[in-house]
Amino acid sequence: MTGMTTIATSSSAPPTNALKSRRLPAWTLVAIGVASAVLAVLLFPVGGLMGGGWVLTAVGAVLGFLIALAIVSWAVEGRRAARNRVATSLIYSSLVLALLPLVSVVITLLNKGRTRLDGTFFNNSMRNITAFDSGGGAYHAIIGTLEQAGLATLITVPLGVAGAIYIVEYGKGRLASAIRFFVDVMTGIPSIVAGLFILAFWVLMVSPHFSPTHQPFDSGFAAALALFVLMLPTVTRSTEEMLRLVPAALREGSFALGIPKWKTIMRIALPTALPGIVTGIMLAIARAAGETAPVLLVAGGTPNRNFNPFEGNQESLSVYIYDQAGAATKYGPPRAWTAALTLVTLVFLLTVAAKLLSRRTKLNRK
Amino acid sequence: MKLQRHGILAGLALTATFALAACGSDNNTTPAANAAGGSSSAANPIACASGTLSAQGSTAQQNAINEWVKDYQTSCSGANIVYQGTGSGAGQQAFISGTADFAGSDSPLTAADQPKADARCKTGPAIHLPMAVGPIAVVYNIQGVTGLQLRPATLAKIFAGKITAWNDPAVKADNPSATLPSTKILTVHRSDSSGTSDNFTKYLSTVDAADWTFGHDKTWKGPGGDAEKGSDGIASLLSKTDGAIGYVEWSFAQADNLNVAKVGNGAGEFAELNGDSAGKTIASAQTTGTGDDMQLKIDYRTTAPGAYPIVLVTYEIVCEKGNDTSKLPLLRDFLSYTASTGGQQAIATVGYAPLPESVRTKVASTVDNLS
Amino acid sequence: MSQPSFPGSAEAAPVVPAEPPRDLTVQDDTRTAGVPRHRSGGRTPVAPMGGGGALPARRRFGADSVFRWFTTGAGTLVLVVIVAIAIFLIVRAVPAIRADKANFLTHFEWFPNDPTDPRFGIASLAIGTVSSSAIALVLAVPVALGIALCLSHYAPRRLANGLGFLIDLLAAVPSIVFGLWGRDYLVDPVRNLSGWLHRYFGWIPLFGSDGPYGKSILLGSLVLAIMVLPIITSLSREVFRQASGMNEEAALALGATKWEMIRLAVIPHGRPGLVASIMLGLGRALGETIALALTLGGGRGIGIDIIHDGGNSIAANIANGFGEANDIGRSALIASGLVLFAITLIVNVIARAIVYRRREFIGSAV
Repeated sequence: MTGMTTIATSSSAPPTNALKSRRLPAWTLVAIGVASAVLAVLLFPVGGLMGGGWVLTAVGAVLGFLIALAIVSWAVEGRRAARNRVATSLIYSSLVLALLPLVSVVITLLNKGRTRLDGTFFNNSMRNITAFDSGGGAYHAIIGTLEQAGLATLITVPLGVAGAIYIVEYGKGRLASAIRFFVDVMTGIPSIVAGLFILAFWVLMVSPHFSPTHQPFDSGFAAALALFVLMLPTVTRSTEEMLRLVPAALREGSFALGIPKWKTIMRIALPTALPGIVTGIMLAIARAAGETAPVLLVAGGTPNRNFNPFEGNQESLSVYIYDQAGAATKYGPPRAWTAALTLVTLVFLLTVAAKLLSRRTKLNRK
Repeated sequence: MKLQRHGILAGLALTATFALAACGSDNNTTPAANAAGGSSSAANPIACASGTLSAQGSTAQQNAINEWVKDYQTSCSGANIVYQGTGSGAGQQAFISGTADFAGSDSPLTAADQPKADARCKTGPAIHLPMAVGPIAVVYNIQGVTGLQLRPATLAKIFAGKITAWNDPAVKADNPSATLPSTKILTVHRSDSSGTSDNFTKYLSTVDAADWTFGHDKTWKGPGGDAEKGSDGIASLLSKTDGAIGYVEWSFAQADNLNVAKVGNGAGEFAELNGDSAGKTIASAQTTGTGDDMQLKIDYRTTAPGAYPIVLVTYEIVCEKGNDTSKLPLLRDFLSYTASTGGQQAIATVGYAPLPESVRTKVASTVDNLS
Repeated sequence: MSQPSFPGSAEAAPVVPAEPPRDLTVQDDTRTAGVPRHRSGGRTPVAPMGGGGALPARRRFGADSVFRWFTTGAGTLVLVVIVAIAIFLIVRAVPAIRADKANFLTHFEWFPNDPTDPRFGIASLAIGTVSSSAIALVLAVPVALGIALCLSHYAPRRLANGLGFLIDLLAAVPSIVFGLWGRDYLVDPVRNLSGWLHRYFGWIPLFGSDGPYGKSILLGSLVLAIMVLPIITSLSREVFRQASGMNEEAALALGATKWEMIRLAVIPHGRPGLVASIMLGLGRALGETIALALTLGGGRGIGIDIIHDGGNSIAANIANGFGEANDIGRSALIASGLVLFAITLIVNVIARAIVYRRREFIGSAV
């Protein structure tokens, strides 16, 4: 596709070919860039226009570059080429603009998260830690995150995969297309709504039946249920996509051997699509592990460690970050940042592993 | 083969989880940053009951309770006491609905709520036990300014939005020697329902009803300003916002190293906030309440020389009778520790003033009779 | 899928009562080794062939129908969950709306916890939600479309894959981390920016406030913009990628510049898809909770300006107000969650309906 633009230049032509448009030599771009940077420095930090500041200078330099480029290109190459050049520059600069926050988040995380990156942090809970104590850790929160995400995965995977199997292998007619449609819609349900739903349904209505005092109680399991609501559509959707990529020939071959449909699905279709399905599941886990709002509503949070997700409040890493970030003690924010670093590391590892795994699949999209 | 690899991966993850589960601990034996933690041993009648207590309410006593819980749990590893600083209003409601075993509150139950709380206790009334005395600090963050002094009228005008810049003549008049910047004033108040707000607005409406026309309430009804959740929210905003002023319990001011303003008292002097000056105000407080129910009435216009006037008393609301038998031993033992001299000393270093001795002994004997 | 049937080999399978489908695979391993001596699957009536039809399979309890029912159930679960969310939220919301002494839809204050006089309305929260999302989209959409074009048509393929992965990582960062970053790091630049905007553009009502600045709608919107960026990018990138290569080449062959080619052949083709991706980004922004709970000041004054400290949104109000809520307060928060659920449901349904009507792309659900 990139070779297409050479069509005008490739004609073996006399020096003044009408088809060959004039092009700006490469050095002009550099020159315009340098000139606008110098001008911006002269105007803003030196001249003190509009308060100066390096951000303003950078913005000014980029704007200056775009304007100068447009003018020069218009004069030399014509209006259409000028537009093309400005559009190209804008498109590339949007990429840089988007990478800035990512870089900033990562740097801030490494910078602020370093301070409490010690053994105490990973081996201790917040039990017996007051606002005046420097120690404490996120051990109980890590346990909570792992258990809640793990339980949610245990519930979601069979149901999500089965739902996808229904859509792809069995579903026909209105029900199937309604389910497909609402799986997509459900991916957009805000996490806080999922939390409120589990609060209204599980914590306030069902949980009193399990408590000796008939009081509603929070638990890690309730958090897992909320995460299930969030993970279900994601898992169903990615599994559905992968199952669709399984060549029909494989299934037909299996049917031809007289193998029943359910077994064909379990033995032929699922294993073929497995790497892709696992990728989808891992991405869903990564997203669920970082959720705060629903866990905040239904798991309660606690400074103590609690291995039992079915009874009593449980902490999670994200709730821990939320708590410590708002804590009125100078020891709170460093804990929050280290916990954030831990959480992001966990999530990134899952994401990267999922992406690497997805490369191994033999099924090709499209 | 591929399946096998997944199996190995899963196995690794599982092993890692178990390894993690095995090596972590709940015990924080790190020496406390301040001397109070753990050192108050001799006078503590901790008998060690085990079980779990869950309580919630006032953030004003959060730091005190955490200190007590820490002392208690350090001695008794079988005890699990969780106190959530959700605000006095929420604590009372949680107590009434039975989700909290006791509530921490800076304001007594209202006449409407008292019968509901009594009903929750089944056989006995719900009573108030004064447990911690917390001065409310007026905290500020003005670049380059320390030792700020504020007359009650100035304070009321600032929070009522009638003074909007730090170099206002009224502020200058209170601080003749300070160089005040023209920074705009950002008042910070609680966004949640809070006994601290109630007490602070009670103070404002008592000392300067002309400027503070918003009465007193657990929810902040004043105009403008920034709302933050919990005393911790106010404190953490104050620590990083130039030009801000707010009110938190002294304890939070200490935990975050905030600047505390000197406040004018009824004797016409600017009183610095410390245990002594707060104690002088409490000494002049009146005890009210019937039977074992005890409430303290603070005189915000106290004319005692050197007295710091903005002080709140925070209560534990408990059932006098009719407590859950599985919770009772721990509840009684924990509260008798908090009402002991040792317990009261333990919180003196984290921003609270001890209860007057006459009140303390009465509370202690009431606690012993809880059933 | 056509139902394969092998009536000739249909035989009475060992009596296996209906059992949990998960066990079926294991069970079956011991019984057969994939030899085609199974009864037919599916419910298609079996046409007798060679007289074997005398032994019809017991379809009602066969493994195949159990499996089929299980997957159908799992698929239907999605619909059940969505309906259940609506029902439970409504049931819990009604008491609060009954107790409300003010109009729930138009009142501007939120005091549901007052035991005697609960007054609350969703108006200012809804305005905060909509305005922060709108500003976030205004900031994010141009950048996101720029990146998407860059990745699909400008950057070399290898680079595009790498950058696309980076953008995906941006999507993987948990919202609590963005919130923490916004509150602890971005707030200072935004405070400076607000002061600057007011100083030089204070005549625009949006920047009319003379402070205090910091935790404002602007800060919340910036954080939101960064969070919706990856969603819009990844979906619109799919849209751009699926533009017809023939049209693109035709445009280039006619002498169009690259930008003209994109304007003529790529963007018109993908317009519905773009609208859908923007709507999905909007859905995400409307429901975002914890990042806004950390970055919005939470004051209840609402005004036209976006730089003044304060502001709140439905979701952030739930997260921040939940801990202190009493029974009515909690119901009130659930009622506000119901409104949020309704809004996001509508936005998502419209977005997905656009996608479904014109199946240009099957973007993976984010």
